[in-house]
Amino acid sequence: MTNTQRAIAPMLRLPAAPDEKPYLVGYRCPECQATYIGGNRVGCSKCTFVGDLPEVRLSDHGTLYVYSIVHQSAPGIPVPYVSAIVDLPEGVSVRCNLVDIEPDPQKIAFGMPVDMVTRKVRERTEKNAHGEEETIDIIAFFFRPRKD
Amino acid sequence: MRDVYVVGVGMIKFGRYPDKDVSQMGAEAGVRALKDAGASIKDVEMLVCGNLFQANAMNAQKILQQIGQTGIPALNVSNACATGSTAFREAYVGVASGMYDITMAVGVEQMGKMGLLGGGARSGGESVEGVLGSGLMPAVFGQAGVEHMRKHGTTAEHFAKISVKNHKHSVHNPLSQYQVEVSLDDVMNARMVAYPNTLYMCCPTGDGAAAAILMSEDKIKQFTTQPIKVATSVLTSDPYTDRDLTMPDVNTLTQNAAKEAYEKAGIGPQDLSVVELHDCFATAELLHYENLGLCAEGEAGRMIDEGRTELGGDIPVNVSGGLLSKGHPLGATGVANIYEIVTQLRGQGGARQVEGAQAGLAHVIGLGSACTIHILTT
Repeated sequence: MTNTQRAIAPMLRLPAAPDEKPYLVGYRCPECQATYIGGNRVGCSKCTFVGDLPEVRLSDHGTLYVYSIVHQSAPGIPVPYVSAIVDLPEGVSVRCNLVDIEPDPQKIAFGMPVDMVTRKVRERTEKNAHGEEETIDIIAFFFRPRKD
Repeated sequence: MRDVYVVGVGMIKFGRYPDKDVSQMGAEAGVRALKDAGASIKDVEMLVCGNLFQANAMNAQKILQQIGQTGIPALNVSNACATGSTAFREAYVGVASGMYDITMAVGVEQMGKMGLLGGGARSGGESVEGVLGSGLMPAVFGQAGVEHMRKHGTTAEHFAKISVKNHKHSVHNPLSQYQVEVSLDDVMNARMVAYPNTLYMCCPTGDGAAAAILMSEDKIKQFTTQPIKVATSVLTSDPYTDRDLTMPDVNTLTQNAAKEAYEKAGIGPQDLSVVELHDCFATAELLHYENLGLCAEGEAGRMIDEGRTELGGDIPVNVSGGLLSKGHPLGATGVANIYEIVTQLRGQGGARQVEGAQAGLAHVIGLGSACTIHILTT
């Protein structure tokens, strides 16, 4: 039996159907089309529209805007890693780890095409509704350089 | 609104004071500022205290409980790294509005060795730091520097030179947490924290306090012959820009604040003698040269190369040693910047004095975001 999967953050959706790929969601202003990521909203901070911002499915690819290479972090966080800002085609940016690339400025190019991947990052054991212990896989998204 | 003057400033040496509490440090700075002004706590009509990490501790009142429970209005503010400068601004507004003639601002923070700061590390109960990128300050300001590299071809060495300059300045400031000169090699070869910022390109954590006494024009003559005028006080928040909610935009709100400050003060960047700006990381200082109009867009790298912002250059920046050396006890920082500008405009800077300083600018950014600019004149 496979473990239950849970997304690390609400912006990541993990469809139940096995042939559907995970994807990111954003919220788009019906008035000015500004697109947000990171949770539901009361309104649009760009045009001050107040009301429901419909959810939009975001692309699983984008381009690298900027990055930093983190060599020192909080205890328990493996370093070095590349913290990146990726621009998505929908006009919104997402913060992520850039993976499958050497953490070396010489190897990282501004504007490089990147694709989203999902990976299990940790497990959590919880009691389910029937009081039974259940292992849950926490799934996160990453971006990596596009493979030709 | 009426004119407001700074008549007294006080500051304790930034460092580590594990045996003191926040209100004691704040009270010590307050007493120094009152002494500098030749005033008593009995003269003060309102006290504003800026403190971030103990914002619920009623520190303004606790300071009065140390130095004089006169029953005046006392209030506590927090605004990220702009906490101290926001406290100063509230004290300014109190006098400028005509409601009070004499007010006091205290900024104080006790951070100890708390290490890396910031960044919503959790999302729905799961820790995301180091998985969905980094929200910690070194990476945030690393990325801001890398953006400048992308746009303008700035190099890691340009940013490192900021650190060399500010550490060089710090040896002349006895109140600086660190007073150590470092070479370009030292900075470039130091442990990398978050590219392109190495250890010496990140401000230290620590404790500290600073205070200022503000007065209306009709009061100053009783206290001083050398009042420093607050030519303008500006506070901005981050306007909508494309990536701001993913990658905090520290540039636009500073540009907006600078434009408003120059207009209101009738003073341009070319008229400034000295600038204290928010160098929480070396990358930040370089960006703010452009944001504050000290040079044209894309020219900041050349500006540091040419030494224009060193003591002796045409617009010295962070002669106090900056946050990189002086330290950055969050709530104290904004008031300490005012302390330095006042010291310079009075000609009391000693070996770090900018000759003939007549107009100075103090800039602070609190990520999240808040930006203050104060322009002071003789």
